[in-house]
Amino acid sequence: MQRIGVFVCWCGTNIAATVDVQAVSDALAKEPGVVLSANYQYMCSQTGQDLIETAIREHALTGVVICSCSPRMHEQTFRKTVARAGLNPYLLEIANIREQCSWIHKDRAQATEKAIILGRAAIAKVQLNTPLQAGQSPVTKRALVIGGGIAGIQTALDIAEAGFAVDIVEKQPTIGGKMTQLDKTFPTLDCAACILTPKMVDCAQNEKIRIFSYSEVEAVSGFVGSFRVTIRKKARYVREDVCTGCGLCTEKCPQKKVPNAFNLGLDTRRAIYIPFAQAVPKVAVIDADYCSMLKNGKCGVCAKVCAAGAIDYTQKDELVECEYGAIVAATGYNPIDLSGYDEFAYSRSPDVVSSLEFERLMNAAGPTGGTLLRPSDKTHPKTIVFVQCVGSRCSAEGKGKTYCSKICCMYTAKHAMLCREKYPDTDVYVFYIDVRTPGKNFDEFYRRAVEEYGVHYIKGMVGKVSPEGGKLKVQASDLLDGRQLHIDADMVVLAAAIEPDKSARPLATMLTASMDTNDFFTEAHPKLRPVESPTAGVFLSGCCQGPKDIPETVAQASAAASKVIGLLSKDSIVCNPCVAQPDELMCNGCSSCEKVCPYGAITYLDKEFRGPNRTTLLRRVAQVNPAVCQGCGACTVACPSGAMDLKGFSNRQIMAEVDAICR
Amino acid sequence: MQVNSEWKPTIVAFCCNWCSYAGADLSGTNRLSYPANVRIIRIPCSCRLNPMFILRAFQRGADGVILCGCHPGDCRYTTGNYYARRRMTLLFSMLDYLGIERARTRVEWVSAAEGAKFAATMNDFVQTVTALGENRRLEDLRCKA
Repeated sequence: MQRIGVFVCWCGTNIAATVDVQAVSDALAKEPGVVLSANYQYMCSQTGQDLIETAIREHALTGVVICSCSPRMHEQTFRKTVARAGLNPYLLEIANIREQCSWIHKDRAQATEKAIILGRAAIAKVQLNTPLQAGQSPVTKRALVIGGGIAGIQTALDIAEAGFAVDIVEKQPTIGGKMTQLDKTFPTLDCAACILTPKMVDCAQNEKIRIFSYSEVEAVSGFVGSFRVTIRKKARYVREDVCTGCGLCTEKCPQKKVPNAFNLGLDTRRAIYIPFAQAVPKVAVIDADYCSMLKNGKCGVCAKVCAAGAIDYTQKDELVECEYGAIVAATGYNPIDLSGYDEFAYSRSPDVVSSLEFERLMNAAGPTGGTLLRPSDKTHPKTIVFVQCVGSRCSAEGKGKTYCSKICCMYTAKHAMLCREKYPDTDVYVFYIDVRTPGKNFDEFYRRAVEEYGVHYIKGMVGKVSPEGGKLKVQASDLLDGRQLHIDADMVVLAAAIEPDKSARPLATMLTASMDTNDFFTEAHPKLRPVESPTAGVFLSGCCQGPKDIPETVAQASAAASKVIGLLSKDSIVCNPCVAQPDELMCNGCSSCEKVCPYGAITYLDKEFRGPNRTTLLRRVAQVNPAVCQGCGACTVACPSGAMDLKGFSNRQIMAEVDAICR
Repeated sequence: MQVNSEWKPTIVAFCCNWCSYAGADLSGTNRLSYPANVRIIRIPCSCRLNPMFILRAFQRGADGVILCGCHPGDCRYTTGNYYARRRMTLLFSMLDYLGIERARTRVEWVSAAEGAKFAATMNDFVQTVTALGENRRLEDLRCKA
């Protein structure tokens, strides 16, 4: 038999002014199972809590109902009170008679009647409450950062700084990411390599950090605190531990016509290569698509010239399995493919380049050694047209992205400024829809481009670019003056929209992390939990969550690191006890629940059950991992046999509430 | 419109814990009133709402049932409200077929910041259901007590 205690709070006059608290406690005293019904001015005060504690002990209560403010306010407070009296904290229910009763109703009789009904519902529910134990799950004190760009590097450095081991998985042969390809950075115009490469070296030298370069995540299982990850180390055909990075092989390799991906195909490299001089790790890698030794067994020059003997043509992909407590996604971005934008003649003229290609053309370590030359005839361009929002801020039906890529306004201002600074005889035009420069010192930077550097900013879009006689005829409209413009340009630079890296979608599936329609990772809360994925133990860093500039990326990377540190500094995690639980006798292993679970918390197990005539049957039944389940209850409704139920919000409990309310 | 001015419908409102229940709290904090015959049941997520609960409410004499959840895309559990939306579309269509008018059932997205929307929604819903009058009770033929 249940022994339930009801405690009605006055909340000073907040409740008592519109609800007859005495009448409520009198009415609720008559409910089945209620052995005690009291009211007091402030239940949450020390005296009020003592009242509850003493009553639990004296009346040997088996359940407690508190009619007070919203459970969002004091549920935790009262759970502790109940626990102090030796009762399981989940044998408590709160009837919200303040926010949802006394504060919204003016009629005292009506409010009192409603308070009684809400109290009844809580009593009906608490009758069916069961003691719940919050489980604990251990934490592996190692983090995985997927992506070795500036976001991943910063996150890894911060985690290592706090004393935890961290692994970086980078699919390219070197860490550094997109930032290694940039020339200068806005708004300070300091060189990207000068600020990035020391951080890359720090990563390599930090004994807490392990770098898996030229590697990809193959599979992820497990959950917060104990993820199990399989990493594929792609074959480099060069032994990483032996190669000294001298670069002799990259000079002697006879295969010279390989498009250089680091310079976006603007020049060529050899089949064996080191992406760039400051690569970390500085180890050569053989491009199997072009190496004649690997393709048809003829050559072997690199092996002959390698003094260290690092070349190994028989190397195979290697699979490494590791355990992690937390995973950070830092997969970054890519500029969109511009081949669909033929109005700008991108695929028809080599002098129409994307902004990232322009970055390489301006870079001292780039294909032209930092001298700005037209890719077609290697002459100095005299008129350069920059087109903004190529593929950004498009209509939902169009071919581009609906969002603003955020960084283009600023880097275009930077490009325009650098052009005018290096080559004052060039005319620079920027066509824009809007100039968006929120950010510290950003607007000042843009104004400097216009006012001091004399860049022609024209509001309007470029309609067409046609290559004619070595020139690029640019047709555009000036929206402010309402006229058509025709410019004979030497070069056109397209500020391509940025999109999440292609690897992000399959990774999200592996991590059971959610994504939006643009393939950006979704954060746990758009405002209040911006660096956490809704999946526990998975964190987000950098552009994989949305377009960001470098300062924002670094800030988010550090924020993600601090969340990881917070998680790894615990020895175990307390789990939410209100999780789903299957009734194995009713479960038929149909997988309906597994399909709707957003967390991948449900697995199946073949279990032995007693069959007819002393036989044993092997049946597939659902298993819920309490450390992963977040308690949403989607599975409970999807289950066709009603085998799945949610602790703390069980079918019977909610039905009892419905009954009490409709009585 | 009302036949009997004394009669008040019984309204059951299922609110998800993270958005709509907080939205209901906010309308209380802002003292935005709605009729006292709206009674809220807290569920962790709109996807926890088993169609059985709604059928049960109509068996026990509810005149209207409303489900409030986070806005699409804002679900704390990522996709819960999408599941709820699909399930409710089917259920409401079936209830309509059974003779429980479409206007007695509703799904509304109310965020934790939309106290005013919560109160306005409830006022509107109560008005709609009141205009329809008393609901015919569904009968549970399994356990006639």
